[in-house]
Amino acid sequence: MINYEVVVIGGGPAGLAAAIEAKRNGVNNILVIERDRELGGILQQCIHNGFGLHVFKEELTGPEYAHRFIKELKDMGIEYKLDTMVLSLNKEKVIHAISREDGYMIIKAKAVVLAMGCRERTAGAINIPGTRPSGVFSAGTAQRYINIDGYLVGKKVVILGSGDIGLIMARRMTLEGAKVLAVAEIMPYSGGLNRNIVQCLNDYNIPLYLSHTITEIKGRDRVTSVVISQVDESMKPIPGTEFELECDTVLLSVGLIPENELSEQAGIEIDPRTKGPYVTETMETSIDGVFACGNVVHVHDLVDFVTEESRRAGKNAAKYVKDLITNQGKSFNTKPSNGVSYIVPQKVRVDNIDNTLDIFLRVRAIYNNAKLVLKADDEVIKEYNKKHLAPGEMEHLVLPKKLFADKDFDTLTIEVKEAN
Amino acid sequence: MNDLYDIVIIGAGVSGTYIARELSRYDLKILILDKDNDVANETTSANSAIIHAGYDPKPGTAMAKFNAPGNLMFDKVCKELDVPFKRCGSLVIGFDDHDKETIETIYQRGLTNGVPDIRILNHDEVLEIEPNLNPDVKLALYAPTAGIINPWELAIALAENAIDNGAELKLETRVTDIKKEDDSYLIITDKGNYLTKYVVNCAGVYADDIHNMVAKPSYSIRPRKGNYYVLDNSVKNLVDHVIFQAPTKKGKGVLIAPTVDGNFLIGPDSDFIDDKNDNSTGMDNLNYIKNSGLKSCPSIPFDKVIRSFAGLRATSDHEDFIIGEVEDSKGFFEVGGFESPGLSSIPAVAEYVVDLINQRHGGLRKKDDFNPTRRPVIRFNHLPQEVKAKLIQKDPAYANVICRCETITEAEIVDCIHRKAGARSLKAVKKRVRPGAGRCQGGFCGPKVVEILARELGKDWSDIPYDSSKAYILTGETKEESGGENL
Repeated sequence: MINYEVVVIGGGPAGLAAAIEAKRNGVNNILVIERDRELGGILQQCIHNGFGLHVFKEELTGPEYAHRFIKELKDMGIEYKLDTMVLSLNKEKVIHAISREDGYMIIKAKAVVLAMGCRERTAGAINIPGTRPSGVFSAGTAQRYINIDGYLVGKKVVILGSGDIGLIMARRMTLEGAKVLAVAEIMPYSGGLNRNIVQCLNDYNIPLYLSHTITEIKGRDRVTSVVISQVDESMKPIPGTEFELECDTVLLSVGLIPENELSEQAGIEIDPRTKGPYVTETMETSIDGVFACGNVVHVHDLVDFVTEESRRAGKNAAKYVKDLITNQGKSFNTKPSNGVSYIVPQKVRVDNIDNTLDIFLRVRAIYNNAKLVLKADDEVIKEYNKKHLAPGEMEHLVLPKKLFADKDFDTLTIEVKEAN
Repeated sequence: MNDLYDIVIIGAGVSGTYIARELSRYDLKILILDKDNDVANETTSANSAIIHAGYDPKPGTAMAKFNAPGNLMFDKVCKELDVPFKRCGSLVIGFDDHDKETIETIYQRGLTNGVPDIRILNHDEVLEIEPNLNPDVKLALYAPTAGIINPWELAIALAENAIDNGAELKLETRVTDIKKEDDSYLIITDKGNYLTKYVVNCAGVYADDIHNMVAKPSYSIRPRKGNYYVLDNSVKNLVDHVIFQAPTKKGKGVLIAPTVDGNFLIGPDSDFIDDKNDNSTGMDNLNYIKNSGLKSCPSIPFDKVIRSFAGLRATSDHEDFIIGEVEDSKGFFEVGGFESPGLSSIPAVAEYVVDLINQRHGGLRKKDDFNPTRRPVIRFNHLPQEVKAKLIQKDPAYANVICRCETITEAEIVDCIHRKAGARSLKAVKKRVRPGAGRCQGGFCGPKVVEILARELGKDWSDIPYDSSKAYILTGETKEESGGENL
């Protein structure tokens, strides 16, 4: 058995930031475990720019953003293992992992940080009827083939879903000489960032069909066409609105799901809203000393937010190792209400907060000139005016501790109040 | 000059490969032909994956004759070939008096067909062994001998074992015509001609087309399509048995079945189709399956669906198997109309067909060196820790996990490529060792499996297909210098 103070599972942006911050907070014996052949996670295939505006106040590509953290990690002498797969984790924080280099390893950690990221929803999960030919890719898989492996995946492309990866790939495929015929989005609004719609679709005259979906995939061997239909308010296809587009490729950008098989197997409680672990203000999960951060907790839209959240997890993992986290004192749960789909963290222990509490949330629909209303039980304690709220854009609230520290309440509710 | 064989088997599904393997016990020159680029690629790869107990077929039919005895032969063959098989038992559940009557009829039929140990359970007994079923359930027919298996895994293992014992397999070889010559048959294909003494027609939904090449038409196959849902293997303990509904005038209802890989299957519906290539799923069909499934088990988590698919049943207008030597074509044997319970019946059917050939030949000579076993398949994820550690010491490729959903290692993928009847496509690897069969459906492991296939087969990445050789994945390499500041 090998012993570490902090073991970080996952060497993407979340894991890197958590490990660095744990080290900065006085823990020396840290291990980062990465299953891929290099650190940096999915950032390595995101060769477009737009990363780092919040954290570095400049625009970087994905690999550049990752490199800053990888360099810092290496400069700090933090240990990491590549091509290493974690097979299991348990409540005692014993990790089983394998790699070509080290064989079968059993590792005991004082604190664990989960940073496994997320995966893409698939064609199967969204159940598009029709045949099952080649040429149907999740957008991220296509991105990997093109940007990491150097292969093209098709020439005439229809994209289902307007998530950010799909939008980025619309531009990427166009620049590689493919014709992107359409992006179909089942919702009446895009799930991606507005800047990506402008820069990746509008600039290249790629049509975005809102309230449309693919209702059939055709082709016995390779995709030959798709049928697109308009949908009604309950997202049911409207008969008579079908049109067929000849294409050889379908890219799916229909959502991301936190990858928590390891967490579930360890017995960590999962929030059905986020599909990630329930976490506290310290990013601690339902297992003592197991922390989680980044897309494994909830799907972020900006890597900058992942970094901020992961720094918090890393710092608190260090505090846990030094026994500086308390379960005593006042606490409350958070609860999404009217218009809010989820809130992270789900539980707050007031005494662990220094000055401010970071809250991330997403809304269910598009709102203009609305308010986010915070209630301590029934009492309104704060309102934030919001010009624009959209499900595609995560909201980040920074609450001063004095706002709630002196109050006695069980539940902090956050809801959207629409303009009259 | 045509190659001369004793026996040509047309079709490398479970019936063709089973018969080939049984015939490879004898001193015969055997050739298996299939139009696809992998064995077990049509009906065998898309069905309910169930070994039926045998109470369903009407007494007196070929189905009734072969199903129950066939069922009992699975333990031995699966052990010899290292194919996972589990006798999980089945329940036919009923909700009202009409269902009760139906179930009693099926029970009697089961007794007549020689199905062992069947009995009728009452409401409490059903819910005791299957607590997630609809509490309105009134009774069920319990058949402990029913089982689950991966049909394609069985067929792949049978093909491998047949080849190990001397049989030949030619893939991507489509039979276009058959000519009767004196005491032999000339099999004409798009890849050359083969002369053979005997032919076994195991062509699934195309069996009637093959039949009509030599004999006068005596049956026709009109496939029935069935749609299915597959649930992620993170869903645990939904049901332990295969759950059928008592058939009603409205239809047969759908089944819920655990799979040997820990998933659940829900389906099928049944629609006659005219295009034998049509395995597309339909939205209305899938909705029907959802609703019918929920009737049996209201807690099916349909948000955990990882795939839907459709498969064809080779239904003939005889509504029964058509098995035997064709009357006007001596030496031409066939396994036609081989729909459910074909898979369950195949061990007994193969034995019967081999016996017919034996008689026609006037006695086949057994080989001394027939090897009934297949080199065991290493399923890394299911092994104990110490064994895993030892394997990695021996071959570090066992430490390279390619598929994170199912924990499939590089060594397992390499092995399935280099076995006899080895994998040549992404789907063929998926059928053998399951990368891509999990919740990410190949999103993460797809590129890595393509890389391994290309490396092991000495091909370019772009030449690795998803399924058939026309089902290309990649269209070429990217531009060397990508233009523009925005990528």
